[in-house]
Amino acid sequence: MSMSRETCINILLALLLLAVPVAAAELGEPFYVTLATRVAILALAAVGLNIALGLGGLVSFGHAAFFGIGGYVAGILASHAFEMSPLVFGIEGTTSMPVIWLTAIMIAGLVALPIGAISLRTTGVYFIMITLAFAQMIYYFAESWPTYGGADGLSIIMRNQFPGVNTARPLPYFLICYCLLIAGLGLYWLLQGSRFGLALQTARQNAIRLSSVGIAPFGIRLTAFVISAMVVGLAGALFADLNKFVSPSMLSWHMSGELIVLIILGGKGRLFGPVAGAAVYVLFEFALGGLTERWQFFLGLVLLGVVLFARGGLLGLLAGKARHD
Amino acid sequence: MTEPVLEILNLRKNFGALKATDDVSLTLMPGEIHALIGPNGAGKSTLIQQISGALTPTSGTIRFLGRDMAGMDMAARARAGLGRTFQISSIAPEFSALRNVILAVQARQGSSFRFFRPVARDRSLIEPAMVMLERVGLAARSRIPAGELSHGERRLLEIAIALSLEPKAFLFDEPMAGLGADGSKSLTALLSELRHVAPILLVEHDMDAVFALADRISVLVYGRIIATGTVEEIRSHPEVRRAYLGEGA
Repeated sequence: MSMSRETCINILLALLLLAVPVAAAELGEPFYVTLATRVAILALAAVGLNIALGLGGLVSFGHAAFFGIGGYVAGILASHAFEMSPLVFGIEGTTSMPVIWLTAIMIAGLVALPIGAISLRTTGVYFIMITLAFAQMIYYFAESWPTYGGADGLSIIMRNQFPGVNTARPLPYFLICYCLLIAGLGLYWLLQGSRFGLALQTARQNAIRLSSVGIAPFGIRLTAFVISAMVVGLAGALFADLNKFVSPSMLSWHMSGELIVLIILGGKGRLFGPVAGAAVYVLFEFALGGLTERWQFFLGLVLLGVVLFARGGLLGLLAGKARHD
Repeated sequence: MTEPVLEILNLRKNFGALKATDDVSLTLMPGEIHALIGPNGAGKSTLIQQISGALTPTSGTIRFLGRDMAGMDMAARARAGLGRTFQISSIAPEFSALRNVILAVQARQGSSFRFFRPVARDRSLIEPAMVMLERVGLAARSRIPAGELSHGERRLLEIAIALSLEPKAFLFDEPMAGLGADGSKSLTALLSELRHVAPILLVEHDMDAVFALADRISVLVYGRIIATGTVEEIRSHPEVRRAYLGEGA
């Protein structure tokens, strides 16, 4: 069986993202390892958003809420563990990454459920605005809540722990994030090919068609919205641990916009679109950010080019039009 | 006496002062093709939309298999057994013809919340879907994206989708529209067979097809049904000839 061109490019991207930090660590350049970790985490967040946006056509402008919630879960649990003070109802904090991840995933999902249930009663620009409004509410709440640092944010004194891995060193932490990114991509791939994915993608292409075979689009979309938020929540927890810091900026609308930009740049609804998008974004930030504070101006130009001339994003340029069998 | 499959009683739909549906009552009996004809703007589409659940009537009742359908949305009505096609073909354009039909098969099986098993290798979906595509004559086109199918092929695809739902009644909204003479002829033959699967409420402009297929015809003019009867009765009905067939009295 011959692989499609897109599959080859995907494997190449996955190997490249693995090889660069491993080589950088060998050469004693930890900064590049951290850069690659940033790519992996942002890509994971964008893979999460791609479930809602790419498969379901749900342009959420509020997914920073789930990214930030994941971040705050990591920060809050770690700070309680560090101070050895109980959280609520006698629950202890923790520095265990697996526990933090599961908590982040669950809380992001629980918050996404009512937000999605209300937002999905609208469509189009109203959906965009209402998801933005919810995220802003959470942003201002975090900013004005002094217990966990308010606008100043919350530091994680030591990176949280994973059994058998020294997470304080850059390469092992990159490998953790990389494995989770691959798991996230695996989830996206399974969902896309499943019965659920078929219904979800039909909801994007033609919701009336979905209704007229007897499947109500609302339940399908809401499920996708919640799964999407859970993945983004996990990425948020990883991001907080990468920076050893979480602040309301993770919840801001800039962050929501950034996630959308990553997807559009890389290729909406393409498995590795978010990976390509995150890589280009972080490289731009690094290469041009050193030269000028206005690096986002140039990113804007690239985005403009993509939207005008390459709707399929970078993957569309490299691998051609997406095909469904 | 047999019960009607679909029964519409004193249905009214007002848009402001416009009476788009004005006290319409009609029935669809088991095994029949009941054609609904009328000039443009007579309110055929408005009526279809109320039956399928896209529009809420101002007053009146729609009963399907003895059950009042008020408050049921489009998806619930489809699940209850109403299989429809659209005046303008409604398909998922990026998916292949096969995937479009698979969606209906999976909906019929009642299982869209399965997240992991790939559809592409699920024989319980693919095989029944292929049978339906064969039945409408699209088997050779199963891998073509639905958006790239010809107009006539899309009409057939919609019928294959409706068939896969194993409906208790069909609602076909101008299936012949835009088909050539040959297309209309073969579709007429297909519809004639389908009445044995489920009764058909057929909205259609093509009079040759209507006269060839219909057991009964209702004529809708300005939101009102002015006559219901057999082909012969409608052909010779003076008011119908004046209002619809365009003959000066």
